[in-house]
Amino acid sequence: MEETNKMEEPNKQEEQTSTQKIGIYLWIWGLLFVLSFFSYMVDWYQFQGMLRWSLILFFMFLKAGLIMAFFMHLFWERYALVNVLLWPMTAIACFIFLMNAEFQYTLFSRFFYFVVGGA
Amino acid sequence: MSEQKIDGFELRPGFKGMASDTGSDQTMFKGVHWGKAMMWIFLLSDTFVFSCFLISYMKGRGSTIVDWPNTSEVFSLYVGGVPVPLLLIAIMTFVLITSSGTMALAVKYGYEKNRKMCGWLILATAVGGLTFVGMQVFEWSKLIHEGVRPWGNPFGAAQFGSFFFMITGFHGFHVSIGVIFLFIYTYKVFAGHYDSKKRGWFTKMKGDYVEIEILGLYWHFVDLVWVFIFAFFYLW
Repeated sequence: MEETNKMEEPNKQEEQTSTQKIGIYLWIWGLLFVLSFFSYMVDWYQFQGMLRWSLILFFMFLKAGLIMAFFMHLFWERYALVNVLLWPMTAIACFIFLMNAEFQYTLFSRFFYFVVGGA
Repeated sequence: MSEQKIDGFELRPGFKGMASDTGSDQTMFKGVHWGKAMMWIFLLSDTFVFSCFLISYMKGRGSTIVDWPNTSEVFSLYVGGVPVPLLLIAIMTFVLITSSGTMALAVKYGYEKNRKMCGWLILATAVGGLTFVGMQVFEWSKLIHEGVRPWGNPFGAAQFGSFFFMITGFHGFHVSIGVIFLFIYTYKVFAGHYDSKKRGWFTKMKGDYVEIEILGLYWHFVDLVWVFIFAFFYLW
C-alpha cells in the first residue's frame, strides 16, 4: 500500500507540466465545425443511396476520432489505458452484426406473413 | 515519453509499455489520476448503454414494414415561410461543439493554474449546455404539439416516437446533469478551491485541477454521443 501511495504524488506533478499548445485545440475545434457543416450539407443537398451513408459515416467517425484523440487526450495517454477503452468496442461491432441479421429476418417474416399472407 | 520515469519505474512506449505497465505489480494506469481512470470506466459503460439504444433503434427501424418518417421534413423549421431542413438540429450541433471547445480550453488553462480564464471558460461551457437543453425542450414540445407520441405519430412508422424520446431524452438528461456540475465547478474554480487544495464533498481528495479534466471528459463524451445520434437518427 505504501508503494502505491508514494506513486500518486509525483504523477500529479508530471500531468500538470504536460499541457498542450493552444493551437492544437483551436485547430481541432475548427475542424469539428467544418466537418459538422459538411455532414449537414449531406442532408441539405439530399444525397441519396451509398454516397449518403458513406459520407455520413465518414464524417461521423472522423469527428468522433478527433474528439476522443485530442479533446479527451487519448492521443497522449499510455497504451495501457487506450487499449482498455477501445477493445470493448469490438463487442459493440459484434452486437451490431448480430442485430443486423436479426432485423432482416424480422422484416422478412413480417413481409411474408402480413403482406404476402403466409405460405 | 520514453525516458519518463514514475517512482523509478521506466515508462516504455507503445505496446511494450502496455505489457510492462499491466504486468508491473503496481498501478496499471501509470500517470493517470484514479478519478480520471474511474471516469473513463464510467464512460465506457455509458458507451454500452447508448450503443444498446442505437442498436435497438437500428433493429426497430430496419424491421418495420411501414415507411420511416422523413427526418429531414419532420425536423425542419420555417424561416420566412420557407422550410429549412434540420435547422434546429444543426444549430444544436454547433452549440454543443462550441461548448466542447470551450471545455477543452478550460482544461488547458486549469492545468496552467490560470484560475480566471478556466472559470470563465467553464461558465461559457455551462451556458452552451443550457442553450442546448433549451433548444431540445423547444424541439420536444414542437413534436408533441404535432402529435408525435411514443406509440404513434402522423408521419410514418409508429416506432419513431419511442426511439426519438428515449434516445434524445437520455442524451438530454446527460447534458442536464453536466450543466449542473459545470455550474458547481464554475463556483469552485472562481472560489479558488483548486488553488487552496480545498477538499471536496464526498472525498478526502485534495482539490486539484485534474478534476476539471475529469469533468471535461464527461462533457466531451456528451458531445461524442451527439455526433452518433446526429448521424444515425437525424441524417440517416
